[in-house]
Amino acid sequence: MATTIPASPAKYHDKVVRQFTLMTVVWGIVGMTVGVLIAAQLMWPALNFDTPWLTYSRLRPLHTNAVIFAFGGSALIATSYWIVQRTCHTPLFAPKLAAFTFWGWQTVIVAAAITLPLGITQSKEYAELEWPIALLIAVVWVAYAIVFFGTIAIRRVKHIYVANWFYGAFIIAVAMLHIVNNAAIPVSMWKSYSVYPGVVDAMVQWWYGHNAVGFFLTAGFLGMMYYFVPKQAGRPVFSYRLSIVHFWALISIYMWAGPHHLHYTALPDWVQSLGMAFSLILFAPSWGGMINGIMTLSGAWHKLREDPILKFLIVSLSFYGMSTFEGPMMSIKTVNALSHYTDWTIGHVHSGALGWVAMISIGSLYALIPKLWGRSEMYSVPAINLHFWLSTIGVVLYAASMWVAGIMQGLMWRAVEDDGTLTYSFMEALNATYPYYAVRLLGGALFLSGMFIMAWNVWKTIAGQQAAQFTVAEARA
Amino acid sequence: MLQGIVTLLAMIAFLGVCVWAYSRHKKADFEEAARLPFNDEEEDGHEAHRKENRS
Repeated sequence: MATTIPASPAKYHDKVVRQFTLMTVVWGIVGMTVGVLIAAQLMWPALNFDTPWLTYSRLRPLHTNAVIFAFGGSALIATSYWIVQRTCHTPLFAPKLAAFTFWGWQTVIVAAAITLPLGITQSKEYAELEWPIALLIAVVWVAYAIVFFGTIAIRRVKHIYVANWFYGAFIIAVAMLHIVNNAAIPVSMWKSYSVYPGVVDAMVQWWYGHNAVGFFLTAGFLGMMYYFVPKQAGRPVFSYRLSIVHFWALISIYMWAGPHHLHYTALPDWVQSLGMAFSLILFAPSWGGMINGIMTLSGAWHKLREDPILKFLIVSLSFYGMSTFEGPMMSIKTVNALSHYTDWTIGHVHSGALGWVAMISIGSLYALIPKLWGRSEMYSVPAINLHFWLSTIGVVLYAASMWVAGIMQGLMWRAVEDDGTLTYSFMEALNATYPYYAVRLLGGALFLSGMFIMAWNVWKTIAGQQAAQFTVAEARA
Repeated sequence: MLQGIVTLLAMIAFLGVCVWAYSRHKKADFEEAARLPFNDEEEDGHEAHRKENRS
């Protein structure tokens, strides 16, 4: 059919994409190294060296902030800036503001890396950063929204590609969640108290917390998926129409699932049931999206054998499917009675965070980096393949060990004798968990080692012999 | 009563999205939109892939 799309503009703004891309690799290594350290601390507590700022309690939020907001955030912003320009056929709106988002976001990350080990925290999970940093996040995020939606507003094509819808929902929802959940009264430079009382505070926190998963760790990365899977497979997405239903169903349902984090607490029972019902419904759009991504390869499955980048992308979708089956199941109150507060939750989170979020990001970056630096492909394709297997085996070891550990803990904690006393003490359950902590540490270390291979590969790709091509591509881009 | 109305409205909205997405007259538009990632690859050189996309 006739296409009325005009030719691309002379130049895109890719410097900010290159900056965010490199920092994705750097923060990935930093965040996962801290993760491996605290996994080791659970086996050998002496590894905190009796130093307050090396204790598990302070490093654990540093790990989660670094991998979610530094690694994941940089990957999301990099790919969104790349995709929105390419699919809107226009350079970034307000490129100087885009440069501000880079330096602003890096400042936030460095501030987090300093304050969290010092013990400065709001004590809200995934929203630990104190009010001065939270304010800076709000400013940077609004700037990001202006750049992104400004670029869409000046687009030179009729359609707004589905990836941009997902990125747009991610940007709007995260702004809303962050601002509402961080409403606090500062009492000093580094201490504030939430404006919400008691159980309302808990509900606001997990409305934020679960939608951070739904919009930061899901919608944003689905935007990545809807561009890089078709692009790398060399064929349009399996069903564009399904992607539209996927989008609207996913964003309308996710908002209501948060109460499943507060089963059997002071939260009113009907709110818990509401959260459970919406979590169960969420299974449908999640799998619709996963099937849409994987079926894009329908008729071209051989590409999966030949292209390690596609392996990353498609296996990440498989982990997405597993996690979004597991999540609704764990939100069922009777299942949650067994799984909550155990390491099963940790296994679930990491099959999503490593298997889905990290692997879709890594695959997308391997597709993106040669283009960003004007190379035909990554320096070493076998190294991508090695990275793929280290990651996959790492996630499987991590998730499987935590599943077994979690179910075991849940069963041991709930076991009672005929006279009503507990069968096992907490220490007995902890002792029984040690072997699984060892397997988890191994899985995490394997995943981290893959990131070092990626860093080497990226370094060689950028510093390689094809420097001349860079200027040519830049001139043509 | 209110709960029932809201449930009904949400269901109508969802069915509306489905009907709109799968309506016949939007087919060509969406096919064009699905090709957006590929209308920008002068420097890629994946000729075989491009033919496949345009078919």
